[in-house]
Amino acid sequence: MKSVRGLLGWEATILALVVLALLGGALLSPDFLTASNLSFLTANFSEIALMALTMTLIIIVAEIDLSVASILGLASALLGTLWAAHVPMPLAILLTFLAGGLAGLLNGLLVTRLGLPSLAVTIGTLALYRGLAYALLGDRAIADFPPFYTNLGFGTVPGTAIPIPMALFAVLAVLTAVLLHATAFGRRLYAIGANSMAARFAGVQVERIKLLLFVMSGLMAALAGIVYTFRFSSARGDNGTGLELGVIAAVLLGGVSIFGGRGSVVGAVAAVFLIGIINGALTIVDVSNEILTIVTGLLLIGSVLVPNLLARLRAARERRAVRPVGDAVS
Amino acid sequence: MTASPSEVPASAARANPVQQLLRARELSLVLLLAVLMGVTTAINPRFLSVGSVRDLLLNVAIIGLVVVGQTVVLLMRHVDLSVSSVVGLSAFLSGALFVAQPSLPLPLALLFGLLLGAVAGTINGLLVAYGRVPALVATLGTLYVYRGADYAIVHGGQINAANLPPSFLNFATGSVLGVPNLVLLVLLVMVGFAVYLGSYRGGREYYAIGSNQEAAVLAGIRVQRRTLTGFVLSGAIAGLAGVLYLARYGTVDASAGSGLELQVIAAAVVGGVSINGGVGTIAGAGIGALLLGVIGSALVTLRAPAFYQQAIQGALLLLAISVDIVLSRRTARRLQGGPK
Repeated sequence: MKSVRGLLGWEATILALVVLALLGGALLSPDFLTASNLSFLTANFSEIALMALTMTLIIIVAEIDLSVASILGLASALLGTLWAAHVPMPLAILLTFLAGGLAGLLNGLLVTRLGLPSLAVTIGTLALYRGLAYALLGDRAIADFPPFYTNLGFGTVPGTAIPIPMALFAVLAVLTAVLLHATAFGRRLYAIGANSMAARFAGVQVERIKLLLFVMSGLMAALAGIVYTFRFSSARGDNGTGLELGVIAAVLLGGVSIFGGRGSVVGAVAAVFLIGIINGALTIVDVSNEILTIVTGLLLIGSVLVPNLLARLRAARERRAVRPVGDAVS
Repeated sequence: MTASPSEVPASAARANPVQQLLRARELSLVLLLAVLMGVTTAINPRFLSVGSVRDLLLNVAIIGLVVVGQTVVLLMRHVDLSVSSVVGLSAFLSGALFVAQPSLPLPLALLFGLLLGAVAGTINGLLVAYGRVPALVATLGTLYVYRGADYAIVHGGQINAANLPPSFLNFATGSVLGVPNLVLLVLLVMVGFAVYLGSYRGGREYYAIGSNQEAAVLAGIRVQRRTLTGFVLSGAIAGLAGVLYLARYGTVDASAGSGLELQVIAAAVVGGVSINGGVGTIAGAGIGALLLGVIGSALVTLRAPAFYQQAIQGALLLLAISVDIVLSRRTARRLQGGPK
């Protein structure tokens, strides 16, 4: 119960920081809080936001998936290749999802069947899937996608300023939140993350659930790849290179513990928005990318360090308050 | 509870199968290496020409150096993702130093890289050991911070070979008895660390911490201080590697070394360093780096399309760790079943 309250505290902090970042952005530039700017800004991190949802689930069961950005690149390259080969778009999209699911399945099988650490497995598949993406397209780019689909990438929901990828993200975020926080399945994820041995003894099918999560992660990365391709109207083998660290940074900043068993979808989503909004706010006043990189890093470290230090201060104060009583007793 | 002398040989005998296993592990990697080189040479004899072996060793040297520090950190069941950023920062700043002081002696440049890396490593170590930030989070954070600092300092600039004193560039290409200086220096560091980790109390403590941290505390090991020094060593070595990176490539911009962290961890894992701590040797890690380098250069020699190379390397990495875990599990089962 205590940990739940602590967690809500962290989420409240992140949400407050989001509001502060928005206000800060508004102070920096009158153009910041306009619908078109916010729309542009949120569209900019839609891929990271999507992948952060499944990454949250995977980190809660104390695993990690470093290969997501490579699956994104592979999905993008495959979609472009299929389209260039005159495969009808709906079928091409379907096959791209299939490839993403298979990529996730391979990760999951290596982790659950062979019992390999996911960090090592997904470093390997990070190279493998990126290599396959290059094998498909080399350094070519495929760009002539039909306007209907590219509009899905950079258009907005009719009548609003909400980018279509963000609307998609909102739906998936709600689904993920319900899955994690309101179903027996979600409770099992926490149980696995807290103590996988105990969860196994309690009858949770740990391996099957982990396998499913890696497949879900692969499917989500494929979706992110499709969104990326349409948003930039460009399929390339190197699309999304390096995004995996951004996804993980956002999830950890959102209060999801790297050791598993702790975290929430709200926290992860808030953190994605926090990083995105700070980046957008600083970009609008021409703060360079280098400062953005440093800010992201400091936020990530601070998100764990500050609560740790506060907890230690509190503990020290309590010890000091208790000591005289203890002395009197002894 | 006093250890009688008769117990000493018994415990030594008990340690033997493990040592044999480790030896077998490195042996199997060396065999794999030999087969790979044999097949490649059979197809294209130029693979073993003096020039291409030299290039191969020079290419492996940087990863081979950084993996030494990473091994120390991995042994403690931590990880240092920030090494790539430290390499980049050190490469550019030492280049800038040469631009400002063209007459700078080489040892001072190496010392500068070491110190710069040590400072970066100290920050990592303080965060992990005293701030209790998980190493993955702390070093992912500093990966961003150090790289961001690198970009801010470089500001779109670039160091070219033309900016560097010829004596410095000659150091990388020069050689003693046919072995490039760069490779000799890296070998020296490797041997030093191999001896330290294998035979000295301080070195053994890294293994102890990674095997069982609570037991290490009970055994009187100052875990926090040891953790800090591990990260300082990893940072210092990455800083040194940055100077060598500059010497090797001559041209350096802000993105130098990007993505290196995954290659380094891959080399360590292939070389049998466990990411679960407590297991691995410098020799294994070095052979792992060499194996990845040989695979890369064999693919080039065999004219594998450039775009397939990364996929093949990834697949081989997966194969290596899969075979390793299956073999080690079989050995563990045999050892358990042994006394019965």
